Amino acid sequence: MSTTTAPVIRRRRKKTAYQSFRVVMLVLVVVTFVVPLLWMVAASFKSNVDIQDTSRPFTFVPNLDNYAEVFGNDNYLQFVFNSFIIALCAVVISLLLGVPAAYAMSRFSMQKSALVVLLARIIPGISLLVPWYYVFANLGWVGSYGVMILSHMFILIPVIVYILMSFFDSMPLELEEAALVDGLTPIGAFWRILLPLSVPGVATAAILAFIFSWNNFMFALVLTGAQTRTLPVAVFDFVSYASIDWGAIMAASTIMTLPIIVIALFAQRYIVSGLTAGATKG
Amino acid sequence: MIFTILLIAFPLGWTIYLSFTDSFGSVRAPFDFVGFDNYVTALTDTSRFWPAVLRTLIFTVGALAFELVAGMAIALLLWRPFKGQAWVRVVVLLPFVATPVAIAMMWRLIFDPNIGFANQVLGWIGIPPQPWFSSPETTLPSLIFVDVWEFTPMIAIVLLAGLTALSDEPDEAARIDGANAWQRFWLVTLPLMRPVVLVAIMLRAIDALKTFDLLYTVKGQGGGSFHEAETLNIYAYTLSFQYNSFGLASAVLILFFLMVLLSMWLLTLRRKERTK
Repeated sequence: MSTTTAPVIRRRRKKTAYQSFRVVMLVLVVVTFVVPLLWMVAASFKSNVDIQDTSRPFTFVPNLDNYAEVFGNDNYLQFVFNSFIIALCAVVISLLLGVPAAYAMSRFSMQKSALVVLLARIIPGISLLVPWYYVFANLGWVGSYGVMILSHMFILIPVIVYILMSFFDSMPLELEEAALVDGLTPIGAFWRILLPLSVPGVATAAILAFIFSWNNFMFALVLTGAQTRTLPVAVFDFVSYASIDWGAIMAASTIMTLPIIVIALFAQRYIVSGLTAGATKG
Repeated sequence: MIFTILLIAFPLGWTIYLSFTDSFGSVRAPFDFVGFDNYVTALTDTSRFWPAVLRTLIFTVGALAFELVAGMAIALLLWRPFKGQAWVRVVVLLPFVATPVAIAMMWRLIFDPNIGFANQVLGWIGIPPQPWFSSPETTLPSLIFVDVWEFTPMIAIVLLAGLTALSDEPDEAARIDGANAWQRFWLVTLPLMRPVVLVAIMLRAIDALKTFDLLYTVKGQGGGSFHEAETLNIYAYTLSFQYNSFGLASAVLILFFLMVLLSMWLLTLRRKERTK
């Protein structure tokens, strides 16, 4: 009897050993990724005296002074509004252009166009920025919302097309064929049959595009003016003061990151499927 | 479609055009054709250009290597279902969806030599404080560390999607044949994952080569006073928008773009050989 039970027991013990190892490792992973973020949030509630005092990193009386300072002195609401309006407009226009483009490329297998999209993904953003700056500065447009929205569209359209192309690829062609047989035009088939079915794909593309636009720093750094500055540039500008006001910077950073964290919490599934679009097919 | 081509063809064409001119100072200033002068200047410049090339490669390869190993480890940890998996996944999403400028600021505070949390933690385990971003020698490794922190989760999630899409049968077969966990991973799972790993490398390599937010937020124009964080991207940016040396900047950008294209081409070439 003992010969038959022994391996079972050993295997179970091995399994629990692995389980506890796994739990420890998972906790370690979570701690590694959460603690720095929590540190940022905690610092935003500390006074600068508390931040400077390294003898007691965890005990402090939370206060809202940093937030009051950020919102009170620095025109910060304007920057929140700028970031939001630029991201929203850029995403909506990019979707209007990108969804039909992705559909066309997927259905008529336009290899060359697909290559252009890939190229757009590879081009360093700054090699687009120099010529735009050249043109826009000559036209006197630098600092306008339109230029910012336009520049964001350059990065968003390739992202949207890339995600939606693999989404449309996975949809059966029979759907449209059936619609055509039932008397719809090709455009009608796309509009009335395929588009409603693509809502998850479009949502994925839109969410990811919004995050990209919200987080963008390089274009905003060059192309925004005092009034159209977006959040990342506004936060970066805090540093240029004589002494770094860490409390205010952390408060501003927290405010800037908060919408993204909320999106990540609620739209986790979409973000993951957007990131892995095309990856699993290999 | 025309729009997309216009968006890319025009700026690229303009950059190529500018790279053959001596455009300098202001966008309205007149400029002349100078042929390949800018390219010669860039390629013979051993004080800024070549060190920037080297730093770009060190940063990309260094970050990518750590991110792949750690990303694979995390993907394997998250692979089989467990209680609270959804929560761990959300946590893992956060570092790379969060705004890079905020992330960079956060690490500047944590890595501050005097008041930073990192040196306090090192103090608890008896390691002397490190200068992190404040010394030319430790800046690039510290920046690689932050990039690894930020983007390992992305690699992990892409790899996890690949793992989830795998069929269980080869793994089961290997288990019946008596392979241990390590052998099963090394001989069964990893070869099956090769295409996904390559896609992950490709996506990440493209973005790592172009890293801007992190480097600029931490070290500013020119990559700090010793150019210790000056990659090609930062160098081109500094040339354009600090020195207003648009001609030379365009030449550097074209060289940079060719370098990115070349590395992508090498990656896809390897991939094709493998699938043959």
